Amino acid sequence: MRRFLPLLVAATLLAAFPAAAQNAIPEIAFDSAANLLTLPDDIYLGEVGGVATNSKGDIFVYTRTGHPTVSLGGARAFAHGGSRLFQFDRTGKFIREIGQGSYGFMFAQQVRIDPQDNIWTVDQMTNFIMKLDSAGHVQMLLGRKPEAIPVPAPAPRGDGGGAAGRGGLPGAGAQSDVFNRPTDVAWDGAGNIFVADGVGNARVAKFNSKGVFIKSWGSRGTEPGLFGTVRAIAVDAQGNVYVADSGNKRIQVFDNNGTFKTQYTNVGTPTALCITPGPNQFLYSSNSNPPEDFDVAGEIYKMKLDGTIVGKFGRAGKLPKEFGTVNAIDCRSENNLLVGEISNMRVQKLTLR
Amino acid sequence: MKRCLALVSAIALVLCAAPAFAQQKATAQNVPEIPYTSVPNLLKVPAGEFLGEAVGVATNSKGHIFVYHRSANTRLWEFDKNGNFVKEIGKGYYGFEFAHSVRVDAQDNIWTVDEGTNTVTKFSPEGKFLMVLGRRPPAVAGAVATPSGPNPPAQKYIFCRPTDVAWDPQGNIFVSDGYCNNRVVKFDKNGRFLAQAGSEKPGKEPGQFNLPHGLQVDGQGNVWVADRSNIRYQVLDNNLKPKTVYDNLGVGWTVCVSQGPHQYVFASNSNPNGNPPGSWAITGEIYKLELDGTIIGKFGHASKEFGGFQVVHMMDCRNPNEIVVGEIESWRVQRLILQPTPTKTSSAR
Repeated sequence: MRRFLPLLVAATLLAAFPAAAQNAIPEIAFDSAANLLTLPDDIYLGEVGGVATNSKGDIFVYTRTGHPTVSLGGARAFAHGGSRLFQFDRTGKFIREIGQGSYGFMFAQQVRIDPQDNIWTVDQMTNFIMKLDSAGHVQMLLGRKPEAIPVPAPAPRGDGGGAAGRGGLPGAGAQSDVFNRPTDVAWDGAGNIFVADGVGNARVAKFNSKGVFIKSWGSRGTEPGLFGTVRAIAVDAQGNVYVADSGNKRIQVFDNNGTFKTQYTNVGTPTALCITPGPNQFLYSSNSNPPEDFDVAGEIYKMKLDGTIVGKFGRAGKLPKEFGTVNAIDCRSENNLLVGEISNMRVQKLTLR
Repeated sequence: MKRCLALVSAIALVLCAAPAFAQQKATAQNVPEIPYTSVPNLLKVPAGEFLGEAVGVATNSKGHIFVYHRSANTRLWEFDKNGNFVKEIGKGYYGFEFAHSVRVDAQDNIWTVDEGTNTVTKFSPEGKFLMVLGRRPPAVAGAVATPSGPNPPAQKYIFCRPTDVAWDPQGNIFVSDGYCNNRVVKFDKNGRFLAQAGSEKPGKEPGQFNLPHGLQVDGQGNVWVADRSNIRYQVLDNNLKPKTVYDNLGVGWTVCVSQGPHQYVFASNSNPNGNPPGSWAITGEIYKLELDGTIIGKFGHASKEFGGFQVVHMMDCRNPNEIVVGEIESWRVQRLILQPTPTKTSSAR
């Protein structure tokens, strides 16, 4: 018992510390342009799943909008629509819609732009990762949309479902590009593709630049290397993979082959990640509020890649400079961020001072 | 005994035969009729378009008429004061699925309440998105079966088939919520939760609700709630503490408070959907009240014909002598010109 006591004291200290530690985190002053985007009269943004910029500063917004529809077939029912992808110039002026009516768009989850200015969309309902060139033409598809939709939907499982893949492990998924509610995509310097998969599965899948499956790692659990819910993913210049394991309230860091390196457990519930480009990289992570509660969380952390917290900013709310369930961060420029919000249905441009 | 049995049977028969809506008859007595006329062909709907169930109507300070209606898709249309079509607002908007209410605030912002998406949305006077309260259930959860059994616990920022929105003079936001919660929620003007009355559970006590179907706030900040399935109206103070119950006006379908220094309250004992036999005889009229509850008069009746009402779902009473009513059935919006009533000089209550 005596040997356990110090441990107990340590645990108590740890439990007591986060609040104190948070007080020590500097607040980063910032401004917001909440009316950045100018929309045509007949276009309305819905919940913003993703926002990203390309090398010219054009802004891409992948949003849940319109009417997600179930239509009645013979023996099965079919689901359509509900999300759209828009392009704006750097001043927020509307340029065009991309992929209108696409089979891959139903529940906008994320959009990312790769170094060649290709546009990648991640859809949580069609399970498609779509690569479009900068002209908006489909270049590659990972995943496949379920042909039909069960009506009524089966009751959600406590563990989030997901295929019992490798060795029968829950959420491990298949050794392929069959996704279950994927959430994000990232690339390393060699062009390898990393998919966060996701809400249904609990794994990270790695493909080469041609879309050939290389490996996947993780299954549902709480140990290092396992995941609760995988919400976001980012890769640094060394090829290390940062995974927002929101279900376990931590960021896990892996090497390029999926070997666990470390984890950061002091930034709330990581929901959106972004790593800045350039030689001195920073990691942004949003402790997003849940859509049903604006009185908790909401702040975004700026960190060094080693997990040191540089500062934090923002809180949950509906005013400018407040956040409603941030789902996407664009950090092409370290101090000029774009954030996309689910429950405020908007994009804010943030200037950090 | 035999005679007794016959009597009992007769009573039982009468009781069984009595339509369930009989209790919907207003108990207020000797209410004077207010004469009115209805403006013919008010709304000029563009060729090829059809109005659907006209569940939401409101006017702005310029007299423009906003109609939030259930067409093939739920849509929001703006007309000028003469009923000429101006434009559509919110086409394809994520928060439009099954219309319930539209209201215009003191700054002419347009607010919609959609019971299909569980959202309350604020649009600018020009129709640009400004703010949303609540959240549409995510489609990724699939086609959800219609819930049965007790309502799950109400959440601060999530609605369950909300019905109406209103503001006090300070801009605080009040939402009646709704068909599967049974509460009134107060937010500050920026959408931060402040308080609620009622809960997910229906109740009969003052401050509890059973289908709060509409609400408005008067100039003193009191909240008038149409407590539909309790067949009454309730008045709450600004902090949502119960003040008064009005159970003499029939079914609390919808309520409107006029503007200006002398405010009036309009309350509709709308006829029930489906027009069951006998329902037209005891429902369908709208009451005009003073803020203290004194009944000034009533007008209107259930009818499928123009000038009568088919389930009044919402009233605009910016001008207390010109009421715009939206009806569920007959897909109709009417502007009623009321004969002015004498201004009250002393409280009759």
